[in-house]
Amino acid sequence: MDYRTVLTTCPYCGSGCGMYLPVLNGKLGEPIPAKTHPLSQGRLCIKGWSAHEHVASHDRLTKPLVKTGSGFKETTWDEALDLVVTRLLELRDRHGPDSLAFLVSAKCTNEENYLQQKLARAVFGTNNVDHCARL
Amino acid sequence: MAGLATAFGSGAMTNSIPEIEDAECILVTGSNTTENHPMIGSRILRAKEKGKKLIVVEPRRIHLAQFADIHARPRLGTDLAWINGLINIIFAEGWEDAEYIAARTEGVERLREKVAEYPPERVEAITGIDREMLHEMARLYATADRAAIVYAMGITQHTGGTDNVLALANLAMVTGNVGKRSAGVNPLRGQNNVQGACDMGGLPNVLTGYQSVTDPAVRKKFEQAWGLRSGLPAKPGLTVVEMANAAAEGAIKGMYVMAENPILSDPDANHTREALENLEFLVVQDIFLTETAQLADVVLPGSSFVERDGTVTSTDRSVQRMRKVIDPPGEARADWEIICEIARRCGGQGFRYASPGDVFAEMARLTPIYGGMSYERLENEWLRWPCRSADDPGTEFMHKDRFSRGKGVFTPVDYREPAEEPDEAYPFMLTTGRIMFHYHTGAQTRRSPSLEREVSENYVELNPQDAHGLGVHPGELIAVASRRGSIQVKAALTPTVPKGVVFIPFHFAESAANALTNRALDPVSKIPEFKVCAVSVARLVTL
Repeated sequence: MDYRTVLTTCPYCGSGCGMYLPVLNGKLGEPIPAKTHPLSQGRLCIKGWSAHEHVASHDRLTKPLVKTGSGFKETTWDEALDLVVTRLLELRDRHGPDSLAFLVSAKCTNEENYLQQKLARAVFGTNNVDHCARL
Repeated sequence: MAGLATAFGSGAMTNSIPEIEDAECILVTGSNTTENHPMIGSRILRAKEKGKKLIVVEPRRIHLAQFADIHARPRLGTDLAWINGLINIIFAEGWEDAEYIAARTEGVERLREKVAEYPPERVEAITGIDREMLHEMARLYATADRAAIVYAMGITQHTGGTDNVLALANLAMVTGNVGKRSAGVNPLRGQNNVQGACDMGGLPNVLTGYQSVTDPAVRKKFEQAWGLRSGLPAKPGLTVVEMANAAAEGAIKGMYVMAENPILSDPDANHTREALENLEFLVVQDIFLTETAQLADVVLPGSSFVERDGTVTSTDRSVQRMRKVIDPPGEARADWEIICEIARRCGGQGFRYASPGDVFAEMARLTPIYGGMSYERLENEWLRWPCRSADDPGTEFMHKDRFSRGKGVFTPVDYREPAEEPDEAYPFMLTTGRIMFHYHTGAQTRRSPSLEREVSENYVELNPQDAHGLGVHPGELIAVASRRGSIQVKAALTPTVPKGVVFIPFHFAESAANALTNRALDPVSKIPEFKVCAVSVARLVTL
């Protein structure tokens, strides 16, 4: 039996509540509030208590998808990334960097946001970078 | 954030979350705190238990209002009038902190002249707040030793949102309430890393730590660090609603959307959909096939919050670790790895990192307010930015002896009517927001059985008197329409909303509140006016 608890931060609002997530033999359990956490002090709201539930949803995307005439079909990472890179570079070369726009995310980590804006600015040359902070 | 940056030189909560419960007076406005930030809401309730004063200014009779010493219910979109009105009373009664104003601020005379245009009788006429109540609000707030303002999107999501924030900053500075413990001006951010996404340069005008893209020295620093041969772009880019407009006009041709769902989160959903459909290429990276991902040419499966390492920054500037607990399902990948792979395939230099810790270290070197932070320190210490060096303990409350910009600046601001007022065809005012059980566009919470069990369908809050006038019964499916769209939604009869006002949560794709909302923008912050637009309310069948 492999049982661990991992300290992390609630994925919902910006209050930054602390929670431990238990894993039993690779399976995610229910959040346990972090007692000594300075912000949440051992408490969670109903969203926090349920934070693990969407992770195991059957709706999770597990493979890259490309659009077809009638919907989507699964594809390999190699083909999907190739298509993304080819099309974005093509648009930049044909219409200029500011014909592209990038949305970073308030649900992603600092590191991911840093990298996404670096990609937009350093690789594609545009400041068209924003996210849902205003929404 | 633009408002606070103008007033203080820095746009974030001035104080930390734990301090709230020791404020002598808390003024909550435009925040349904107990539902949307429950653990901060409970701090406010704890302050009440400790005998502190609570003022709630909010058109809806929210949960917190039950515990308030004063609950003022202004007409929607009239916040600036009551805020200026309070400042006017404070000057008239001599309740201002003259010493603080002289030592720490500039521009008070122009403010004094401006707020003189807001005598109580005029404020009462605009806002509907009784003048005696207004006077009592001013007294409670201004005479408290430490008074904290707590606000959220109810203040900012207006065409005058930036001015509202400037006015709150004026109110706090007039009474010397910025730069001390358990006081300040405290915007509550709505997503677990919305503060961090802003801090990281996820905005069109700044690189990390609010370093302006228009500053050549800033650009040079990043160009060198990133090993670029060509220069970084100097012209600020487009904001999210402007991007949609540009896409609709054909100026934006391609978009890369990471874990965002603009179809549901942006105003005027029909327009957003048309804009995204008009793109030549859309790539969406997400964990679900969201309403936005359904329009994509390519969908990349990213990872959930338990499937990768990293950090997030809470609304009170605390930087915390997110830790990987399990592997992503199937072939899904960590988002940071996907971005790096795309960058490398485009020929981008400097996208080889062994771990998110390496990314953080690079970011911290380039970002003064995060400069003293590292994964090692975050293991053992609680750090809030600004944290500039390895021995800097971080900042619990900001602007202690001086403001980020030097002196705090008063900006006189004027009340303007909302972009859209009720009229004969659209006689109700609609306001939108979140509820306790769901989050933003519902991509995660509506797939959480415990939350979906609590609230599984949308509703419109309608005042019982209005319902009676329309002949609407509780639970009846009714039509709510604006100039931009219409939805069918169940009626929830409740005195929570005043007469003439309806409230609809925006989490529900099947009857999306943002089909109705107005994309009129605040001219500075470019925040859309979600919190007020004109709608009609009608029965589907008249019997």
